[in-house]
Amino acid sequence: MIDQIVTARLYKSMLLIRRIELRIAEIYHTDAIKSPVHLSVGQESIAVGVCDALEKDDIVSNTYRCHATYIAKGGDLNSMMAELYGKETGCAGGKAGSMHLVDIKNGVMGASAVVGTTIPVAAGYALAMQKEALLTGRRRVIVALCGDGGTEEGCFYETINFAALKKLPIIFVVENNRLAIHTPLEKRWATERLCERIETYGIKTYKIDDADVFKIREIMTNAIAAIREGTSGPIFIECATYRWLEHVGPLDDHSDSYRDTAEYQSWKDKDQITRLANMLDVETRTQVENEVTLLIQDAEKFAEESSYPAAEELYTHVYAN
Amino acid sequence: MFTQTKEDIQQHSNTRLIRYVDALREAFEEEMARDPKVFLFGLDVDDHKGIQGSTVGLKEKFGADRVFGTPLSEDAMTGVAIGAAMAGLRPIHVHIRMDFMLLCMNQLINMAAKSHYIYNGQVQVPLVVRTMIGRSWGQGGQHSQALHSLFMHIPGLKVVAPANAHDAKGCMISAIRDNNPVIFIEHRLLYSTEGYVPTESYAVPLGKARILTEGTDITIVAISHMVMEALRAKKHLEAIGINAEVIDPVTLWPLDMDTIMQSVKKTKRLLVIDNAWLTCGASSEILTRALEICQEDDIAIPSMSRMGFAPTTCPTTRPLENLFYPNGRTIAVKAHQMVNGKKAGLWEPAIDAKTEIDAFKGPF
Ligand SMILES: Cc1ncc(C[n+]2csc(CCOP(=O)(O)OP(=O)(O)O)c2C)c(N)n1
Repeated sequence: MIDQIVTARLYKSMLLIRRIELRIAEIYHTDAIKSPVHLSVGQESIAVGVCDALEKDDIVSNTYRCHATYIAKGGDLNSMMAELYGKETGCAGGKAGSMHLVDIKNGVMGASAVVGTTIPVAAGYALAMQKEALLTGRRRVIVALCGDGGTEEGCFYETINFAALKKLPIIFVVENNRLAIHTPLEKRWATERLCERIETYGIKTYKIDDADVFKIREIMTNAIAAIREGTSGPIFIECATYRWLEHVGPLDDHSDSYRDTAEYQSWKDKDQITRLANMLDVETRTQVENEVTLLIQDAEKFAEESSYPAAEELYTHVYAN
Repeated sequence: MFTQTKEDIQQHSNTRLIRYVDALREAFEEEMARDPKVFLFGLDVDDHKGIQGSTVGLKEKFGADRVFGTPLSEDAMTGVAIGAAMAGLRPIHVHIRMDFMLLCMNQLINMAAKSHYIYNGQVQVPLVVRTMIGRSWGQGGQHSQALHSLFMHIPGLKVVAPANAHDAKGCMISAIRDNNPVIFIEHRLLYSTEGYVPTESYAVPLGKARILTEGTDITIVAISHMVMEALRAKKHLEAIGINAEVIDPVTLWPLDMDTIMQSVKKTKRLLVIDNAWLTCGASSEILTRALEICQEDDIAIPSMSRMGFAPTTCPTTRPLENLFYPNGRTIAVKAHQMVNGKKAGLWEPAIDAKTEIDAFKGPF
């Protein structure tokens, strides 16, 4: 029996991500958001299943497709929206946009728009956390998320090897939506046995085929517990998923016919947001939905009403003091 | 606005107005038909969008063994390109953004640039690396870098950055036929600009600058997309009676200083507008060479200045991004000051009509 409180929490987080991203898509044509948006619509359960198992002082590292993990990890929603609008109140002062969301206070490492680059950086955080734990006794963890495409970069395997070698407190999560922009996995991988490849480094792996948010959360919870106990080094999780919208931008591009609509339908049928909605009583569900609506309205208003950064901001933070 | 000269247009019989991106595709089509050793590969070159249209239809025409996408493995793929080139093929390796070339630097600089030399001429690396500078719509710090000076620095590499459709096609043909690694730098905002392009095959020689408009008062050398801005500046300057000569170096290395110096001897003023940061950049090189040549040839040192990206990371928000780049108006003001010195006074050029920058709505 799954706890209603947990279900409601996961539902709220996934719904918030879905709704705010669909809202972004809806208003995109107004050009208020002059930033390339890589939306996670359809992939929310991974961010939420992963981040729900983390503490506030744990860290998540991201790709440019970072709205979902940012929100799921507790990144400030108003600052995210303001960042997309290019406003001074944005999480990066309006200077970085949608592809580089960051909220260090809430454990969201800055996202990078160059595929693969954050994977070793996350391992660097893990190295620091490992050293820190020797002093504090508290073992924090970092999750390094990347797409299936990210695993093709040399630095992915180089990092996996190093993390295994040093038994770093890092959990690698691959969001496998089988696409890199428009190029399917079949044209990029010689075999699909990714978990097997990773296991040869001595890393424990998990493969989740249906994006079940509870499964993801459970595997994460156990993995984190093992790392915190000091009985485990890195862990690797591959989650199958499906991107509902175009690679970048607000549109549904199934009419471009580079992918299969039957596959799309099968993923819609197992959509975790619909599934969890049906698990909740009407009252809870309505309450969650109303809360989400308000959060989004507030974030949009906050972004609209904020100012653009002043000209001097062009030169702040080129160097640290 | 056309960034090319009347002579270029008149030289050929069959020209028509086409976009930069289509001119590039034409070059691939003609060269791949001419030489079966030419092949084109890189991330996303064979998807339905085909690198903003520049590779669309090539796979259908030449087959999937000559036009293919790759895994996201730029470093290794660059090595593969180099090996294939050494073994006698003529690869064109494509990057949709220049920023991603940073993953290829070891292979390009340690292998591509040096192999012909260190193996004493026993191998050649006839490789073209195509890459695009991004700008605007929040591309930000990691999708807008212009790194041509890194490549200019390295002996063994050629660097070309055509600013119009005519040169895009002609330089690409030259680059493909060249027996050296050529870094071919495109600019996203030039893709939709139109130019007069001959239907037939023609090579624009590498290492030759182009005088785009003649003038007597100041020489403005502008690089890549900044050619557009320099020509806008030229228009503004005309309104106040200043006649600027605008030069596009086209090839950044080897650099055609002769053309630039001939102009500078006439105008006695040299303003370089780089589409990049200034420090250790193409502008540093051009101004230093100008100074050296003046000293060697005993020519009076001209008044010199330069403009380029603000010395900071490119921000995404539009108001700050606007301050990051030089534009037709800021260039005109600088040229005005150089020509009229202290008596220049305040001058505000008119607002530019809607430009390719305003028209661009991203995302990439
Ligand atoms: C090093 C590098 N190469 C290429 C790109 C262009 N690019 C951006 S996203 C992307 C596909 C990435 O696919 P994947 O890692 O599976 O993540 P997804 O977009 O599916 O979330 C590519 C090729 C890039 N940003 N960085």
